[in-house]
Amino acid sequence: MKKVAVIGAGPAGIEAASLLAAQGLEVALFEKESQPLHNLTDKAFLFPNFADARQVSERLLEKLHTPGIALLKDTPVVSLLAPTAGGSWQVNGQGFDAVLLTSGYTTFDARRKEELGYGIYPGIHTSLEMEQMLREGKIVNTIGDMPRRIAFLQCVGSRDEKVGNHYCSKLCCVTAVKQAIEVKKLIPQCEVYIFYMDLRMWGQHFEELYREAQTDYNIKFIRGRISEAGGTFDRRVQIKAEDTLMGRPMKLTVDLFVLMVGMEASQGTRSLAAQAGIAGEYGFAQACDPHTSDNCTAHDGLFVAGSCKRPMTLTDTLADARSAAWEVLRYLHSGLK
Amino acid sequence: MKRYWNEYQKEIADDHFFYERSCIRQTFFAGSETTFLRILREELDKDICDNPHQHTCTGIGYHSDVVPFETTMTVVARLFSLMTECGYKNFVPSCVTSFGVFTEMMAKWEENPALKEQARQYLWEACKREFEVPENIVHSSDIIFKFREELKPKMRYQLVNRFTGRPLRVVEHIGCHYAKIFPHHGVGKAEFPYVLAGMIESWGGEVVDYPERRHCCGFGFRQYLVQENRGYSIANTKKKFESMEPYEPDFILTNCPGCAMFLDKWQYTIAEMEHKTYDQAGYGIPVLTYEELTGLLLGYDPWEMGMQLHQVQVDRLLDKIGVAYKPEEKYLGVGGKLLPTPLKPEILKQ
Repeated sequence: MKKVAVIGAGPAGIEAASLLAAQGLEVALFEKESQPLHNLTDKAFLFPNFADARQVSERLLEKLHTPGIALLKDTPVVSLLAPTAGGSWQVNGQGFDAVLLTSGYTTFDARRKEELGYGIYPGIHTSLEMEQMLREGKIVNTIGDMPRRIAFLQCVGSRDEKVGNHYCSKLCCVTAVKQAIEVKKLIPQCEVYIFYMDLRMWGQHFEELYREAQTDYNIKFIRGRISEAGGTFDRRVQIKAEDTLMGRPMKLTVDLFVLMVGMEASQGTRSLAAQAGIAGEYGFAQACDPHTSDNCTAHDGLFVAGSCKRPMTLTDTLADARSAAWEVLRYLHSGLK
Repeated sequence: MKRYWNEYQKEIADDHFFYERSCIRQTFFAGSETTFLRILREELDKDICDNPHQHTCTGIGYHSDVVPFETTMTVVARLFSLMTECGYKNFVPSCVTSFGVFTEMMAKWEENPALKEQARQYLWEACKREFEVPENIVHSSDIIFKFREELKPKMRYQLVNRFTGRPLRVVEHIGCHYAKIFPHHGVGKAEFPYVLAGMIESWGGEVVDYPERRHCCGFGFRQYLVQENRGYSIANTKKKFESMEPYEPDFILTNCPGCAMFLDKWQYTIAEMEHKTYDQAGYGIPVLTYEELTGLLLGYDPWEMGMQLHQVQVDRLLDKIGVAYKPEEKYLGVGGKLLPTPLKPEILKQ
């Protein structure tokens, strides 16, 4: 029986592993954490339909019961070696006929944008922390009261030359709109602002969600960057921005300031892509061709899927994982292996 | 509080410095530069050259668009030639504006070597001099920062309120051109420069972090130099004071001549215009240079350092720290001659 190693038990890894196992392959699914779906289980609701992230996770986890999958938790992959002369790929010293890299992303460390005050002043949170608050259904300011005003800032650590990430993280725009609506559902009287460079509502229902945020929830969208944030004497957050549509500077004091942190290649992705010689831009893994061969790599038997390649939504990740599984099967049945 | 760049340290030479004085500091904070030289020579046993042939860097004129780039470049080259002729390689400007001008020229020369050759040519044609680019360039506050722990055991006082036993609350204000142009030239980089905060923390004080901490002091060159724009200047300063007021700072520490001057003198103007002072007792918030602060804690005479020339008087701060001083000697000139006592403002108490 052919053996496949899938590295990373996120949505892409689980989706691909279940499809490959269903086709009769023996799949070892490596996961460095103690639980799979690390980057999904910390979400509350998913855009654009506010699906409960827990339910989506459960549906994905059920796929792990497909016979033929061995989930190896707490097992980081420390070595990924290409085959030598007709041999097999070596993952942590074990041989495999093919390897699928699904080692995913991590979020930008907002402390690197020091001017935005994250980790320095109370009341400044990342979008992940806001998601946690939404999951618990409780949003409070720094003194435990209900916030009266919240500001979201897009593109923290993405589209940012200063931190070296020129690329768009693709899903922060709609995530901020989604979170802002959830805030308004919980606290209707709270003023909510979203500061953006330009809103990229590219996916199905994204534009509708954006319109709904304005018409039904009175969320205020301000085109402009926030140059700095600081703590105030009463433990609120003062932000300075430029409203580039109005062409004037503005200053706003808010109870909570939420930084929409972008996606970066995870440490595992960086390290494994480098080891395998497929490191691309910004530390992401590089596929052969973005149009016709987006799951294959420069090496036979090594495939990539999901957000280890670039920022990707859950929907796209799952579709990409299915595509990758097909490429793996085609390779294994082609006689190349 | 966590600071991401706190650990960033630039290279600061150990010894053998060429000092470049400021144009305006000797007028407004008259003893600061002399105090700096004294600290380096007497307390730290360092070699520092104070060349009498030095001159302006043109910074104020350059940033006001009245001095062309080529002129500034040549003037900078001349100052570097003085350093070269004296046999030094470590250049230390006293002024933050100058520091910005020097680092800007060095960056331009590095990026475009043809400009450096042009500077050499202009300097040669103008005064038959030659120069080398400094191996190490730091602002003079960087040197005090570097040796702050070495100075600490020599200090007679700490930044502690002797009446309450609590650390003094200090607003630190960094000149914009210290790290905002080239972050890597500033200790702690641009967002939370640590050069003054490090001194305050080492010497027992508490740094006040207030929302307008990074805001301009109000000088801003054309904001002040063009008379019609001065409303912008004072509005900036007022914004800073209103932001820091709730924290009740004991004093402000700066490393830039313009900042020290504007934060000090605009307090008088605001008091006259709006009957407003930013301390509860109505005396204003004293503004100190880092040399004055270091000198005070080392036990130097505040009047010898020229601190009586401040707009906001420092006597109450001296009392808080416990500095021994003689009020009757405040206005003594050279040879013990009593100078005229300045008139006291009506609103800003003294």
